[in-house]
Amino acid sequence: MVLSYREALNQAMREEMRRDSRIFLIGEEVGYYQGAFKVSKGFVEEFGPQRVVDTPITEAGFTGLAIGAAMAGLHPIVELMTMNFGIVALDQIVNNAAKIHYMSGGQLSVPLVIRGPGSAAHQLGAQHSQSLEAWFCHVPGLKVIAPATPHDAKGLLKSAIRDNNPVIFIEAQLLYGTKGDVKDGEYTIPIGVAEVKRTGRDVTIVAYSKMLLLALETADQLSREGIEVEVIDPRTLKPLDLSTIVASVKKTGRLVIVEEGWRFCGLGAQIAESVYAAAFDYLDAPIQRVTGEDVPMPYSRPLEDAAIPDKARVIEAVKSVCGIQ
Amino acid sequence: MDRGDVLFLYRQMLLIRRFEEKSAEMYALTKIAGFLHLYIGEEAIAVGAIAALRSDDYAISAYRDHGHCLARGSDPGHVMAELFGKATGLCQGKGGSMHLVDAPRRFMGGYAIVGGHIPLATGLAFATKYQQLDLVTVCFFGEGAIPSGQAHEALNLAALWKLPVIFVCENNRYGMGTSAERAIALYADVAETARSYGIKAERVDGMDVLAVRDAMRKVVEQVRAGQGPVFIEAMTYRFMGHSMSDPAHGHYRTKEEVDEHRKRDPLLLLKQTILNNNLGAEADFIQLEREVGEAVTAAVRFADDSPFPAPSALYTDVMREE
Repeated sequence: MVLSYREALNQAMREEMRRDSRIFLIGEEVGYYQGAFKVSKGFVEEFGPQRVVDTPITEAGFTGLAIGAAMAGLHPIVELMTMNFGIVALDQIVNNAAKIHYMSGGQLSVPLVIRGPGSAAHQLGAQHSQSLEAWFCHVPGLKVIAPATPHDAKGLLKSAIRDNNPVIFIEAQLLYGTKGDVKDGEYTIPIGVAEVKRTGRDVTIVAYSKMLLLALETADQLSREGIEVEVIDPRTLKPLDLSTIVASVKKTGRLVIVEEGWRFCGLGAQIAESVYAAAFDYLDAPIQRVTGEDVPMPYSRPLEDAAIPDKARVIEAVKSVCGIQ
Repeated sequence: MDRGDVLFLYRQMLLIRRFEEKSAEMYALTKIAGFLHLYIGEEAIAVGAIAALRSDDYAISAYRDHGHCLARGSDPGHVMAELFGKATGLCQGKGGSMHLVDAPRRFMGGYAIVGGHIPLATGLAFATKYQQLDLVTVCFFGEGAIPSGQAHEALNLAALWKLPVIFVCENNRYGMGTSAERAIALYADVAETARSYGIKAERVDGMDVLAVRDAMRKVVEQVRAGQGPVFIEAMTYRFMGHSMSDPAHGHYRTKEEVDEHRKRDPLLLLKQTILNNNLGAEADFIQLEREVGEAVTAAVRFADDSPFPAPSALYTDVMREE
């Protein structure tokens, strides 16, 4: 069945909330407004305002409330209107959600999903265009998921909701309207398993979330020039399925990592370091990273375009690792 | 007043007092490290408030949490072992002084970011309401948390959703070395902050354990019955510094001021009440001192004799596995 990314998320939450009454959705506009991005369309009618909880604009307060509720046995889903507002709740996410299980010696746990749109859309300005996944990945005690397709979004959100740990679930805003085949019936996708989205012999590209679509599009174009790119989507950024990436690099001998986040201390730096450690002898060229520029996101369209990876830069990186001008 | 009740309250306060005096000694001997924030002088609040709870109610605290944990009934040996960083500690040595947790006793933790645990308390209360349980959550924090944004967000949500939570503000007049009047606009009536959100609020004498207990007994029933949150401002004073790195009176208050407050030591006040009402005699206090002294000595022995965590424990409990 063909669904939009938005509909796939809606189905995942709906099916899980029907299955388990401990699950509730909380955030700004999730109820009567049906979600700022309409991910919770129809929820308040089906589940009522006790389980689809509209909040004031207080991310630290309601994220903290959700963490406390999780400690007492509920399974909250926190919707952040954008992941940028997660910064407002960062004390709760980093100091409480990520640490309570460890600090308590395993006595308490925080089964919680914090989800919402991330990365740049169209000219939203610096405070609404950030790709913060590297921040969350840096903190022990959190899982981080960034699916690119409707099928992955549904299966991984269900796994995230069933997980007994705090999970940050990042949905690129520009993906909500994208469509794709979603398997019929009940299914989940395990957290920590990457997928080869396209097979190829010459170069491996690792790309996640919105950048996966860019990588696949670029791979099709390069194929017409005779370069066969293998594209890997890690899907879950932490835990990271390194073995699938390493197996691909051992086959192709070349790696390009594409990420929308900032270059300095970005996720790609971690992936590159891990691949160097595991498969240095298999590499025929230094690993290339295509990243967002290290600047706050500008508003102006041409400047915004220049700050985000595009097809030309991915092609340049692939040709560079292949030794082609 | 019942003889058994008042002697129990005295014993609980005495246990916290002697436990913490011993902790300070152990700190000097470097058996305890890190930050150690003593509750000495404030015992009446934890003991009085917790005496009004059922064993299945939730309690949660900040970084000055030894008193709340012991008042909730935690084993002093396991608490002391946690301060020592031992494997037998409440949290297997991973929490320490500021992060005591005793989940079976519904003591949901000490938290070290000022104001950061107050939203957690509203979440515990949200959960019990959602689960249709008649439990209350008691949240202890210092007056220093009052100006924080997270406190205000939590007060608003608790009032908005009529959550069964009791906010117990332990007003010891100093946030670290800054007096309340230099930090809080409404320092003369901190409870007014809660009233501004429509929360019923009252001030009690936090040095008088019976006053705290009686005020709590009254509001616990209201909150349990679903009448929404309550805020209690308990006026108290810490006799020690903010932490072990800070001398008893520091640079921010005078020795005379500390001595003045010591005249209203909660242990002395209750002892006087007990004697005045013929509910106990000197012999009872001598007996309690002996019992508590033995319990604290045993706690230190247990902590001393316990092993440190195995190196492999470093990696356990980062994630819940199942």
